Amino acid sequence: MSESLNQLYTYLQFPFVRYALIVGVLIAFCSSLLGVTLVLKRFSFIGDGLSHVAFGAMAVAGVVGLTNDMPLVLFITTISAILLLRTGTNAKIKGDAAVAMISVGALAVGYLLMNVFSKSSNVSGDVCTTLFGSTSILTLNKTKVWLCVVLSVIVVAVFIIFYNKIFALTFDENFARATGTRVSAYNLMIAVIIASVIVLAMNLVGSLLISALVIFPALSSMRVFKTFKSVTVCSAIVSVFCALSGILISIIISTPVGSTIVLVDILVFFGFWLVGNFKVRSAK
Amino acid sequence: MSLIECKNLSLGYDGHEIAKNLNLSVNSGDYLCIVGENGSGKTTFMKTLLGLNPLISGEIKFGDGLKRSEIGYLPQQTAVQRDFPASVFEIVISGFCGSMGLKPFYSKAQKAQAQINIEKMGISHIKDRCYRELSGGQQQRVLLARALCATKKLILLDEPVSGLDSNATAEMYSIVKRLNSEDNITVIMISHDISAAVSYATHILHIGASCFFGTKEDYIKNQNTTSLEVAENE
Repeated sequence: MSESLNQLYTYLQFPFVRYALIVGVLIAFCSSLLGVTLVLKRFSFIGDGLSHVAFGAMAVAGVVGLTNDMPLVLFITTISAILLLRTGTNAKIKGDAAVAMISVGALAVGYLLMNVFSKSSNVSGDVCTTLFGSTSILTLNKTKVWLCVVLSVIVVAVFIIFYNKIFALTFDENFARATGTRVSAYNLMIAVIIASVIVLAMNLVGSLLISALVIFPALSSMRVFKTFKSVTVCSAIVSVFCALSGILISIIISTPVGSTIVLVDILVFFGFWLVGNFKVRSAK
Repeated sequence: MSLIECKNLSLGYDGHEIAKNLNLSVNSGDYLCIVGENGSGKTTFMKTLLGLNPLISGEIKFGDGLKRSEIGYLPQQTAVQRDFPASVFEIVISGFCGSMGLKPFYSKAQKAQAQINIEKMGISHIKDRCYRELSGGQQQRVLLARALCATKKLILLDEPVSGLDSNATAEMYSIVKRLNSEDNITVIMISHDISAAVSYATHILHIGASCFFGTKEDYIKNQNTTSLEVAENE
């Protein structure tokens, strides 16, 4: 035990490990706040969908010959997130279907472009790195950490200020609109925030992790808690706990960071599921 | 001046016109029931009044200083709400959302008013319970309490008794009647149940192949003559 603590201490001397901890915890915190709304609005898969859009955008950037594809990718993914979320519950194509459509479409177009206009000999290798490998939580620099801190502060502030509006909109958009809330404006604002969190997180910690961070904490706390406030608070705590312990475990037993966090999330979900079932039984 | 005045109203959505030439006026204190076949445009009419649907032609005028943010609305339940984790109080107080503008939090007065509305609906014993665990009748009362937070003048109800058993239905009707007679709230209600509509309402709007608007008494007279004509033809 003391040996692994020593090892942990040694690793914490490295700046990139500390950066990973800070960014991991902050992104876990932000995405869990937004996760409750996303899951309830049937947008659980939006992280995954947007990462495919990013892949398509990278392909386009490659074909056009841009050396720095980040601005284009950020722009295109943010726009698609806004398009997906802005329409709200009255969209003709509902949440899950819209996400699936955009995600599969972007993947296909991206792959096609890469194949037709390929400049390198190893197309499938390129595809793999753009989808899974190019982004990692362990390759962060100071600028990205600060970017993440600033964004988190903004997200938390907006979430607290507009908490009651977000609740009203998520629960019943038509009622809110009918009674004079400016639904379109708030939807747009929420969409922009979600888009920026997801797009940034995708580039910092990878698309696999961001989907898990949106879905698992919210679903876990919904097993046990019954009010919107307690679900939100609990999912934030769960999310931070899982991210922190996941990163530490992955350092000690040297496993991939993202997948370790997701694994901890899965275990916690089962724990909550059991508690939820037990509560229902004992209530009867 | 009447509370709501509709002139030559045409209803529809996505460019389809489903009803036209509606003329009606609702005065303060009225209890208007909207009846008609499925798909005749009852909900569309209500959504047009609320500004959720664009109106195709004609005009809607609000009188008596009625503002859009002062209308209470009880919509049909959506799929999202059935598994929504929220307490009764959280839902009821969200009725104030439209009237608070950019203010981020609810005031003490609003919290107290929400509490009064919860008591008025007789649901104070389940105030902290989770919405998705309540019975259909209780859920409707929660949504009605929320609608009361949004208004003191006019409440619009979209089939408030659909899916309720006969007891809960009778209770719902008597609650709405009480709001109308004791709190002097104008009621506009969509209903499938013509006999209930006729016994509680003061005015009837029938949307369909032939539209009718008038007092309950005229509607009954009108119904009788039509059914007599049918009988004579047979």
